[in-house]
Amino acid sequence: MKRTPLFSTHQKLGGKLIEFGGWEMPVQYTSILDEHLAVRQAAGLFDISHMGEVSVAGPAAEAFLNQTLTNDLRKLSVGQGQYTLMCNERGGVIDDLYAYRLAADEYLMIINASRSGDDVAWLEKQLAQFEQHGGVKLRNISEATGAIAIQGPRVAEFIDVCFPETAVGGTVVKRPTDLKKNQIAKFSFNGADVWIGRTGYTGEDGFEVIAPAEKIESVWASLLEMGRSHGLKPAGLGARDTLRTEVCYPLYGHELDENTTPIEAGLAFFVALGKGEFVGRQVLAEQKANGPRKKLVAFKMTGKSAPPRPHYAIWSNGPNAVKLGEVVSGTQSPSLGCGIGLGYVPPDFSRPQTPLEIEIRGKRAPAVVVGKPIYRKLN
Amino acid sequence: MSQIPADLKYAKSHEWVRVTGEMATVGITDHAQHELTDVVFVELPQPSRKVKAGEACAVVESVKTASDIYSPVSGEITDLNKAVVDNPALVNSDPYGAGWFYKLKLSSPAELNGLLGPDQYKAQIGGG
Repeated sequence: MKRTPLFSTHQKLGGKLIEFGGWEMPVQYTSILDEHLAVRQAAGLFDISHMGEVSVAGPAAEAFLNQTLTNDLRKLSVGQGQYTLMCNERGGVIDDLYAYRLAADEYLMIINASRSGDDVAWLEKQLAQFEQHGGVKLRNISEATGAIAIQGPRVAEFIDVCFPETAVGGTVVKRPTDLKKNQIAKFSFNGADVWIGRTGYTGEDGFEVIAPAEKIESVWASLLEMGRSHGLKPAGLGARDTLRTEVCYPLYGHELDENTTPIEAGLAFFVALGKGEFVGRQVLAEQKANGPRKKLVAFKMTGKSAPPRPHYAIWSNGPNAVKLGEVVSGTQSPSLGCGIGLGYVPPDFSRPQTPLEIEIRGKRAPAVVVGKPIYRKLN
Repeated sequence: MSQIPADLKYAKSHEWVRVTGEMATVGITDHAQHELTDVVFVELPQPSRKVKAGEACAVVESVKTASDIYSPVSGEITDLNKAVVDNPALVNSDPYGAGWFYKLKLSSPAELNGLLGPDQYKAQIGGG
């Protein structure tokens, strides 16, 4: 199994280590519930160095990426990022990712750990067929790069202290908290360049910090030291998963795979059908026009029941109940105190308030389709 | 360090048994609750069910996973802990007390000899 540059830090902090996408990662340090609530109420620090980073640079980088990814990259000014997807010709998702425009001709893609091998192979294949391939330099910089997510409503109270100098690239701001959502800037940290984007995977305000692998331990230590008195706790993949499920962010291998399209997954907003030709466009346009065969729904358990889990069957309710599909993500919601999940059902059963039943160990427990996100912050 | 009370018997699958005459109380160990972490749901056997030693008869769910609980001994279920169903966190906070699962009337008391003592269980979990 692969280890991130923060592996020994996790051991020192008492992290419980598990395998995830070929990596040995902390699932929790104290308790998933504790860490989840810390992120909702104060702040949490996550090692996301297992995620892959691909640099795409050169005069034809934009044209290349815009025909390989679903969202419209031309909307990005320097120092901005967007959520986007990479599809095959059938519209199936190869990966979902963040694409940042770091400079006029330079893009950074943040990709899933479990997908990085397939992604890079796909990108290389696409590039070989691209007319202006001489104008694109594709580099997998995952090995040399570490990353941390720092998430929660109190992060803005202390992150600036760790990065006191004015940004030197991207969106040129004085301090990290001047960044708006999806903006990214280059800051200097102990002589190294680090990129800080205002984004995350928890539904809370927060940042992702991308730094050279050899610097990531000192970034982690600095954030943890400055954040402790603001309620910051190290948080593992367990809390990362419950947090993202509550706000219905997809996780590759659960909501997304090569046989599922972004339209089916409810991600049409990130598919720019009007931008011109791109891989998968024909199928996606057809699905958008005629409606997909299945739709991703969010649901809540309505009675006292065990939490739903991936692969549990979803049934319609009532006398002539039929099997509708399968749960793809499910857990006990730490914020709501009930079972929640996501699953694929035929479009007729996708409206909020539609009653469903989830089969748990041979018995069916009542659930109801709810709007996304399942958990919404009260303002 | 996990607690391992001296007066209990243990199964390799991390259940404990407290014997009083022909009655036995069953729960999961401190080590088990620590490994499971945050218990959010407990499903107990049907009342009066006859269980065999080694048979899956309850389920404990943490935030992340569902785990079967195997009866360490055979017998007929006589009592279920309704408090732990209403408040599954008792499994974490008091695994040998308020977090018990069920009581049964032993049908094969000799099975108790095949269970682990506290020292053997401690050795199994790597010294606690």
